[in-house]
Amino acid sequence: MMQFTISRATLTSRIAAIFALVLLAVLAAAPWWASSSFLHLAGEFAVYLALATLWNLLAGYTGLVSVGQQAYVGLGGYITFSLALFLGVHPLLAIPLAGLVAALVAIPVASLVFRLAGAYFAIGTWVMAEVFRLIAAQATALGGGSGISLPATVTKELGGKWLREASIFWLALALGAGCLALVYLLLRSRIGLALTAIRDSEVASTSLGIRIGRVKHVLYVLVAGLTAMIGALISLQKLRVSPDAAFSVNDWTAFVIFIVVIGGIGTIEGPIIGTIIYFLLREFLADFGTLYLLFLGTLAIVVMLGAPKGLWGYAAERFGWSLFPVGYRIHFKE
Amino acid sequence: MDLINIILQGVLVGGLYALFAAGLSLIFGVMRLVNIAHGDLIVLAAYIAMEVIRLSGLPPLVALIFVVPVMAAFGYALQRGILNRTLGGDLLPPLLVSFGLSVILQNGLLAVFTADSRKLDAGVLETASVSFGGLSIGLLPALMFATAVAVIAALQFMFYKTALGRAFRATSDDAEIAELMGLDRRRVYAWAMALCLGVVAIAGVFLAIRSNFDPFMGPGRLIFGFEAVIIGGLGNLWGTLAGGVILGVAQGLGAAIDPGWQILAGHVAFLLILAIKPRGLFPRMDG
Amino acid sequence: MSDGLVVEGVESFYGDFKALHGVSLALEPGKVLALIGANGAGKSTLLKSICGLVSPKAGRVTWRGRDITGLGGAQTVALGIALVPEGRRLFKSLSVEENLILGGQIGRSGPWGLQRLYDLFPILQEKRHQPATSLSGGQQQMVAIGRALMSNPDLVLFDELSLGLAPIVIKDIYAQLPKITGQGMSAILVEQDVTRALNAANQFLCLVEGRVSLAGAPQDHSRDAISAAYFGT
Repeated sequence: MMQFTISRATLTSRIAAIFALVLLAVLAAAPWWASSSFLHLAGEFAVYLALATLWNLLAGYTGLVSVGQQAYVGLGGYITFSLALFLGVHPLLAIPLAGLVAALVAIPVASLVFRLAGAYFAIGTWVMAEVFRLIAAQATALGGGSGISLPATVTKELGGKWLREASIFWLALALGAGCLALVYLLLRSRIGLALTAIRDSEVASTSLGIRIGRVKHVLYVLVAGLTAMIGALISLQKLRVSPDAAFSVNDWTAFVIFIVVIGGIGTIEGPIIGTIIYFLLREFLADFGTLYLLFLGTLAIVVMLGAPKGLWGYAAERFGWSLFPVGYRIHFKE
Repeated sequence: MDLINIILQGVLVGGLYALFAAGLSLIFGVMRLVNIAHGDLIVLAAYIAMEVIRLSGLPPLVALIFVVPVMAAFGYALQRGILNRTLGGDLLPPLLVSFGLSVILQNGLLAVFTADSRKLDAGVLETASVSFGGLSIGLLPALMFATAVAVIAALQFMFYKTALGRAFRATSDDAEIAELMGLDRRRVYAWAMALCLGVVAIAGVFLAIRSNFDPFMGPGRLIFGFEAVIIGGLGNLWGTLAGGVILGVAQGLGAAIDPGWQILAGHVAFLLILAIKPRGLFPRMDG
Repeated sequence: MSDGLVVEGVESFYGDFKALHGVSLALEPGKVLALIGANGAGKSTLLKSICGLVSPKAGRVTWRGRDITGLGGAQTVALGIALVPEGRRLFKSLSVEENLILGGQIGRSGPWGLQRLYDLFPILQEKRHQPATSLSGGQQQMVAIGRALMSNPDLVLFDELSLGLAPIVIKDIYAQLPKITGQGMSAILVEQDVTRALNAANQFLCLVEGRVSLAGAPQDHSRDAISAAYFGT
C-alpha cells in the first residue's frame, strides 16, 4: 500500500498569504501615512473587489447569473439613509443593519426570481432592480427622483474630516478583505464542495442528497446582505443617495461583470486580477469616456470567446498557479 | 368611458410590446438563446432608420424597405461571427457575450449620435384618429397592433408550414441529427437571427415614430419584451401577444393612478403573474 | 479502388474517453455487416465516425474511393450514407410526414419516396400528420428507418434497431430488411441480439473496448468462438 499525505496549501499560496497579511497591516495604517485621494482610491478598489468577489460566488460557483445586484447596492444606501434620517441611528451602525434588512428583503425576492431559469433569471433580477429604483424614485421623503444628501447633523456624527475618511476607508478595507476571506473559507468548506458538485452535475448532486434549492437560496440571501452593506458604504462615502446613482446598472453590474469575466470567473483570484486591470485601464483610458466602456465590453467578449476562464483561469491551468487553494493535493511517498 | 379608453390604449400599445417580444421568443425557441442586447438592437434599428430617412427623405414606414434587410443581414453576420461561438451547453458565454454586446451598442450609439433625444416624424399618421362610440382610436396605435398581429401570424405560418420553419424546429429538437438531414446548425441559427432582426427593425421604427428615443432605451425595451414573453408563456407567439396586451393595460392603469406609476405597474403585474403562474398564462415549452 | 466502405485504423473519442483504438473494416456494395459487442464497446462511436457525426482523431474512412474522414454529417448524407440513430431520435416538434420529408431534403435521386415508404409501412400513412413521438416504439422505428431511406442512401447504418422494442415488433421489422437492402444497398447492423444480427448479415465484426476482437463471415466461426470474442476472453 502506497504511503501518501494530503495537503491543501502550496508554497506559492503560503507566500501569498504572508504577503496578504503584510499588505493588510500596511493598509490598516494608511489613514496615518496616505493622502485623502489615496484613501479614496484604495477604498474604491476594496469596494469593487468585494462586489466582484460576491458576484463571482453567485455566478461562477452557484450558477446564479444576476444582472440585478444593483438592487441591493441601492437598497443598502437607501436603508442606511432612512435609518439615519428617520430613526436617528448612527450611520456606521446603520451599515450592518442595512445588510440585515436587505437580506430579509432578498428572501421573498429569491422565491420570485428563482421561478425563472438561466438567462430569464438574469433579466428577472434586472426587473427587480428596476422595481426598487422606481419605488425609490417615488419616495418623496427621500428626495424622489433627485435623491437626497446626508444632512450636516448626521455627517457630524461621523466625526471630523480625517475620522470620517478613515472610518469609511477602514470599513471598505474590512468589507473587501472580509468578503474575500468569507468566500475563501466558504469554498474550502463542505458548502464549497457542494457547490463544485452542483456545478459539475445538478442531477448527480441531488442524488447524493445535496439540497440545491436550499444552497442557492441561502447564498443568494447572504450575498444580497453583504452587497447591501457595500452599497450602504458607497452612499455614505458620497454623502448622498439618488435612484439613478444608487441603482446604476453600469456602475454596479456592468463594471463588476467585466472585472470578473476578464479576471477569471469561477476562481477566487480572478476578481482580484480583474479589479487591478479595471483600475489600471481606468487610469489610462478614463479620459476617453465612452470609448472606455466600448473597450471594456469588447475585451470582455474577446476574453469570453477566447479564454472563457479569464486571464487568471488561463494562467492557472497553464502554469498550475493557485493563491487560494481550495482543493486537496495528494503527495505520494515512494 | 374613460376606463375603457385607457384599457383600449393599453391593448394597442401591447401590440408594440409584442413586436419587441416576438424576436426574443423566436430565438429562444430555436436555439435557447436569450440575447441581452435585443433591446439595444431595436434602438439600433431606430437610429439606422433615422439615417436612412435623413439621406433619402423617405417617410419612416417606407424606410423599412431598407432598414429590414440591413438589420437582417447584420443579424446573420452577428450570429455567424460571434453568437454561434457561444452556443454549446454552458449558460454563461451567450449571456455574458450578449451583455457585452449591449454595452458596446449603447456606447457606440452614444459616441456616434450623442445622447440627444430623437424622434422620427411620420407626419399625419401620428395624429390621425378614428372615433366611434365615444372612443378615439389613433391610427398609429391601431397600425402598430395590426402589424404585430400580422407579424406573429406570418411567423407562425413560417414556423409550421414552410421548409425553413421545419428546419428551425428540427434543429431546435436535435441539432446533431438535423445535421444528417443536411441542416448545418450554424446556418440555421444565422437565418433565425436574421429573421429576428428583421422583426426588430419593424419594432424599432414603430418605437421611433411613437416616442422619443436615445442610445440608452435598449434595456427598457428588452425588459418589456421579456415581461410579455414570460406573462404569455414560453414557446407561444400568440401568448406573447396576450402578454404584451396585459402589460400595456397594466401600465395604462398605473399611469392613470399616477404618471410615475406607469412602468412600475407593469412590473407589478409581471411579478404577480410570476408568483401565481410561474410558467405564464399559455406556456408551450419549458425554459 | 474499392466501390464500398473502407475503414482503416480509426481512433475516435467520446468526449474525453478514447472509444476506438484503431478499428478497420471493409464492406462491399450490397453486403450487410453485423457489428456486435457489449455496451460501451464503441459500436455507436464507430457508426458516428463513418457518417461524420464524430471526427476521428486518427485513421481514415474511405467511401467509394473518396476520403470522407472528418466530413460533417451534412456532407456524408449527400454522398449516400444514412444513419438510423440509436433510440430513434425523431424530431418531436415535427409530424411523421415532416420527419420523412426532412429526411429527403438532401435531394438525392433514387427509388425511395414518400409513397414507397407508405407502401412498406402502411401504418405510417395512417398516422402521417401525428407528432412523430406520439407513435409506439415500433412505429417510431419505422419512421426512423423511413427518414434514413428518404435520402436514397447507398449505405445505411442501423444503430440498435431492436432497442426497447417488443420481440414481435423486432421480428416484423427484420422481416422487411431484405426489401430495404435488396436494392444493392450496403448496411451495417449494430445489434444487442447477436443471433438475429448474424442471421441477417454476410459478415460480422466484433468489438471489445474499442478494438476488433474477431471478424469474418458468420458461418466460418463457431458460436463458442464468437462468444469468446464478444466477451473478450
